[in-house]
Amino acid sequence: MSFTRTTTLTAVATILGAGTAMADCGIESGRVAILSNDFPALHAMAEGAAECASDSVTVTANQTTEHRDIQVAALTANPAEYTSAVVANSSIVPLLNEGLIRPLDDLIAQYAPDLPMTNRITIDGQVMAVAFMANAQHLFVRDDVLAQVGMERPTTYEEVLEVLAAVREAGIMEHPFAMNTASGWNLGEEFVNMYLGHGGQLFEAGSAAPAINNEAGIATLEMLAALNEYANPDFLTFDSNATQALWESGELAVAYMWGSRGGGILDDENSTPEVTGNTALIGAPTVAGGDTPASTLWWDGFTIAANISDEDAAATFRALMHGLRPEVIEANNDAAVWLMPGFTPGAPAEGVVATATSGTRPYPMVPYVGLMHTALGNELAQFLQGEESAEQALADVEAAYIAAATEQGFLQ
Amino acid sequence: MPHRTFIWFILPSLAAMILFIALPIVSVVVQSLYVEHEQVLVTVENCGPFGCTEETRVDRDATAELREAQPLGRFNGLGTYFNRAHLATAEIAEAWATSDSLGAFWDRVMNLPFYRALVFTLAYTFIVTPLVVILGLAIALGVNALPRIFRGVTIFFSLLPMIVTPLIGSLVLFWMIDAEGVIGATLQILFDDPDLSLKASPALTWITLFIYGVWSSAPFAFIVYYAGLQTVPEETLEAAMIDGASRWERIRYVVIPHLAPLTVFIMLIQFMDNFRVFEPIVGFQAQASATSLSYIIYSDLRGDVQQFGSAAATSVLTIIGVAILLTPVLIRTWRDFNRKRA
Repeated sequence: MSFTRTTTLTAVATILGAGTAMADCGIESGRVAILSNDFPALHAMAEGAAECASDSVTVTANQTTEHRDIQVAALTANPAEYTSAVVANSSIVPLLNEGLIRPLDDLIAQYAPDLPMTNRITIDGQVMAVAFMANAQHLFVRDDVLAQVGMERPTTYEEVLEVLAAVREAGIMEHPFAMNTASGWNLGEEFVNMYLGHGGQLFEAGSAAPAINNEAGIATLEMLAALNEYANPDFLTFDSNATQALWESGELAVAYMWGSRGGGILDDENSTPEVTGNTALIGAPTVAGGDTPASTLWWDGFTIAANISDEDAAATFRALMHGLRPEVIEANNDAAVWLMPGFTPGAPAEGVVATATSGTRPYPMVPYVGLMHTALGNELAQFLQGEESAEQALADVEAAYIAAATEQGFLQ
Repeated sequence: MPHRTFIWFILPSLAAMILFIALPIVSVVVQSLYVEHEQVLVTVENCGPFGCTEETRVDRDATAELREAQPLGRFNGLGTYFNRAHLATAEIAEAWATSDSLGAFWDRVMNLPFYRALVFTLAYTFIVTPLVVILGLAIALGVNALPRIFRGVTIFFSLLPMIVTPLIGSLVLFWMIDAEGVIGATLQILFDDPDLSLKASPALTWITLFIYGVWSSAPFAFIVYYAGLQTVPEETLEAAMIDGASRWERIRYVVIPHLAPLTVFIMLIQFMDNFRVFEPIVGFQAQASATSLSYIIYSDLRGDVQQFGSAAATSVLTIIGVAILLTPVLIRTWRDFNRKRA
């Protein structure tokens, strides 16, 4: 699939390169090669950047959901296979650890001096990435179902449970709830969200030692189990595609999903007006009397490879900024919650905006969080299947994490 | 064949085998003995769209120096093999010392990722392999008894499961057994249980994977047996008929012994293939209920942090497992070979 996309983009680039687009970007020469995830907002950006192609400027893009697995190897090569890797909070960490991306301060000063500070991912005083969109998981609710059971939109998980009980009681739906609980990365993410909502810390302060086997951890698991009582028994296989399909088929009353799915859910494809017309995207709920919503904030941003010439780096920076110019953002307004000028928050963005403005914490950017996330994703399924206790599950996570972190040199 | 000719004859494939099989295995073994350097951590201020936080990060210069000095990492000997993610000797010893009963001990062992994967892998290998052999033979005998004009079509349809890419095959079945899918919904109606889900219970997931394994591998056994059936000597069969042997007796005493060497071949290939079971687990998203050795290698190499040492250790253990599994069959083949030579 990525192959076809690369080919198509090159073709687009060639056609456009012959026209007027050259003047818009003002790049004399260079190589632009983008590695990114695969969703509509990023397609829009890459297509925008492809307009900069000319006789002396090549623009290619490899857009794949497997980008995280190849980015380190691809950027380690010299010259790097890709001049830019589009990353998120978590996937920038391995690139930083290996020193594979370059500071962007000079390029910003020269080509985008007006870039707001909030878009600059600054690490130890250097801008390492330009963030251009935000994402978070939050609640999707069906207003018509809520009206049927006479309840308000929930703001806490305790209220969510009441709504679910009422929906089941009224015989409207047997399994009214879903969240992305597929064993693996998705399940790990749900734990992190709920645990931070409980005010928990994943690690002991200032160290890589795990700190999840505590009361907050147990409360987190118990809440996840209570919620999934109301989910279809297949819930350990639910990824974003599965939950979106369930929502669009009208089988859910409340779901906890990624904000980036909002555009696809609210459009008139794959669903009925009854579902889309009554779907509301609202902020992530709090839990256990806490103030912080049980969610994490994510940004997507672009980085520029270290192992490329300064000319290619400048060409890449300018092409990507061209791909993110206000006209592109306006044309693709509902594809994402953009952090760029030109964006007017619409209905699909309401959930993320509500979540971001109510004090949700960003996903931690520490180098060992990926190992914790993997351990959580692998070890929690048995608890949710009712095969072991919460204490045992958390002890397993810590033991698996310690084994991995020791191998990776984070713990001794 | 003179030895000299033989060497020249086999040299190209020998070179390819050394280059593409032996050397990578050596590199995996070496990799498994090393772990990453101690990471030098520093705390820095990170700022972004959601404000500034103090976060830990790896001190790149200090780590680069360590790496320069020891490019392979820290030597860990067999440490990785015995840690919790692999053989977990310390955890097993502790479980043995503190468990009251054998059942409790077994529960503790099954809680360790390597053993969980190993048990599924072995169960898959030893349940799917014999079923593939039996079903393959049954299909071959059935097709062989068909009138000639129907055979081509039947063979084509019987081979379909093998032609379909494993991942696609498992995905198609995955959707069919969904609670909303045609098989899943039918089962719910048949058993009158709206909560029945093939994906939710570990036992049913295992059975689903076994059935998928048999479905996708039986055509291989079938086609080998079908070829073998064409060589069954007519005279022996006719002699058996004259002696009054029934169809079943002819199969039992003439056909099956004639096909015995093929059975050894199919078992050998299937043991190796099934021990490396991987695609169906991904296709069925079964990792919550079933993981295999290949799956945990894959899982180590995915995500933001790749654990090469850990994956290498599991790979070496898998190779050892395959070797142990194949030893009886290989010894048998060797004996047969020597007997024939003598």
